[in-house]
Amino acid sequence: MTSLAMQRRRATAGRVLGQFRSSKQGVIGFSVLLVFVVIALAAPLLADVRELNPVYARASGNPQWASPGEFGALGTDHLRRSVWVQFVWGSRVSLFVGLAATILTISIGSVVGIVSGFVGGRPDAFLMRITEWFLVIPFLPLAIVLASILGRNVWNIILVIGVTSWPSTARLLRAQVLTVKQRLFVDRARSLGAGNGHLVARHILPNVSGLILANATLAVPISILTETTLSFLGLGDPSSPSWGKTLEEAFVNGAMVRNAWWYFLPAGLGILIVVLAFTLIGRTLEEIADPRLGRSR
Amino acid sequence: MLASEQPESRGRSHFILKKVLGSLLTLVFVLVFNFVLFRIVQSDPIGSLFRGRNVPAAKIAELRTAFGLDESLWVQFWAYVRQTFQLNFGISYQSRQPVWNEIVSAIPATVALVGISAVLSAVIGTIGGVIAAWRRNTWKDHAITSGTMVFYSMPDFWLGMILLVGFAVVLGWFPVGGMTDAGSTATGLALLLDRLHHIFLPALTLTLAYLGEYALVTRSSLLDVMGEDYLTVAKAKGLRDVVVRNRHAVPNALLPVVTLTAINFGFVLSGAIAVEAVFSWPGLGKATADAIRGPDLPMLQGLFLLFSAAVIFFNLLADVAYAWLDPRVERA
Repeated sequence: MTSLAMQRRRATAGRVLGQFRSSKQGVIGFSVLLVFVVIALAAPLLADVRELNPVYARASGNPQWASPGEFGALGTDHLRRSVWVQFVWGSRVSLFVGLAATILTISIGSVVGIVSGFVGGRPDAFLMRITEWFLVIPFLPLAIVLASILGRNVWNIILVIGVTSWPSTARLLRAQVLTVKQRLFVDRARSLGAGNGHLVARHILPNVSGLILANATLAVPISILTETTLSFLGLGDPSSPSWGKTLEEAFVNGAMVRNAWWYFLPAGLGILIVVLAFTLIGRTLEEIADPRLGRSR
Repeated sequence: MLASEQPESRGRSHFILKKVLGSLLTLVFVLVFNFVLFRIVQSDPIGSLFRGRNVPAAKIAELRTAFGLDESLWVQFWAYVRQTFQLNFGISYQSRQPVWNEIVSAIPATVALVGISAVLSAVIGTIGGVIAAWRRNTWKDHAITSGTMVFYSMPDFWLGMILLVGFAVVLGWFPVGGMTDAGSTATGLALLLDRLHHIFLPALTLTLAYLGEYALVTRSSLLDVMGEDYLTVAKAKGLRDVVVRNRHAVPNALLPVVTLTAINFGFVLSGAIAVEAVFSWPGLGKATADAIRGPDLPMLQGLFLLFSAAVIFFNLLADVAYAWLDPRVERA
């Protein structure tokens, strides 16, 4: 790579960063997300993981169904466990599953979309047929069926979300690759003897990477909400409880009838705020990647 | 005139035929997928039937033969397809009733709940989107846009939990769940009122959860239209603002909303799984949530097939409606 290309790339990165900084929604989303990432990473410092164990909670003499005034910051649940500890450790699982599932979704979607758009012809027709099928199959029931069959653990949940939510990314990227492919610089590179691998890596990918990033950021909320719903329906991993799992336990154990709002409000609020943060960041990135959107918003 | 109509109608019927064939192919894919999922991935159906309990080997062998599990995969697949078209989805592990009967008895509750919510959210969401776009960057726009985004970003069942605790548990204005009062013998108008009383909170939850999508799509679609010259002309003619909006701008902005509505109707049957569970609403969603707990695999398999078939059918309907509304589709 020549230093000229390096310079240009650095300039682009600087421009994107500057545009992002000047967007109010982008900055708000990013700051809020940062807070939650810090909470998730610092979980061992903020909350004692042993508190998640009902035996430990009982032995340490926690009261049952204590409201926030009576015990700690957020009260306790039916098993005397601190809700604050569940919130902190749940943020870890929810964020991790959300991000990991998104990486899988975007990887599958990008590979299918780029191959389909770049190669064209029969492979394109074949891949698009499959994409259409996956688009038509209702997403949540498919995820439920897969998760029921595969069993309840974090990796299966990630896998299930990944294999069910890639089609829209694939379509979007295919369309973008089709337009990039027509551009003159691709023809120029090809006539200078560039192979397909070089074309994709050096000319196609850099031109769709903004779109991939924006799409990935907007896919995280879907991953997090799907994980929450699957966990709420009892398909979550019992050994690493997410925010969705907290909501399930609150619901199943009668927190609602008791009006134990401290048990189910924090987890739901956490999901809401994180999802909003990702949406704000994603919309900002989308506007930067596709300036036409800026005018209509 | 006849000559000019001929190719157009042929193009249209050709388009529709193509879509029907595509849908059938998708249905075949779903059937194969369903078979693979439940017969191959789940390698030991007998084992999952007894789930760890001690069963004599002879009994297991007997059951394997009875269920046809010793036959080749092709024979099993053919049997599966035949049974599916006879609406035979097996026996539910939980209720010991035929899966199809269980499903049929749950359909009306879901269609009522999600149907009402789908219509309300489409109407309210579209109106909200029109107001937001027409009054862009005013406080109305900001309130509608951020309000819908908030509802769009929360788990729908969590919204239901909050509404249930607030309005049913604390205030006691609405029942905490179900479709009718327990032990109620009401008929006629009293029964209808009782049902409305029960459906209010779940329907409100789903309406709030869905309307964001309509509002956002309508808003951006109308904003695209608002730059068009014919609106400037309409205003220059001296037409009132309301007329410009309702007669000239909105009809042209509604096409994406129509598509969204049609596609969402396909998801009507499967749309409310967690919300139905929260409100113990006895529909397909609650049946799904209950089947997961088993897991009641025959039930899940039947529900999944039904949900997929519904989406395929409504997608086809959306394509056909599109072909009538927008004649340009034929050329695509």
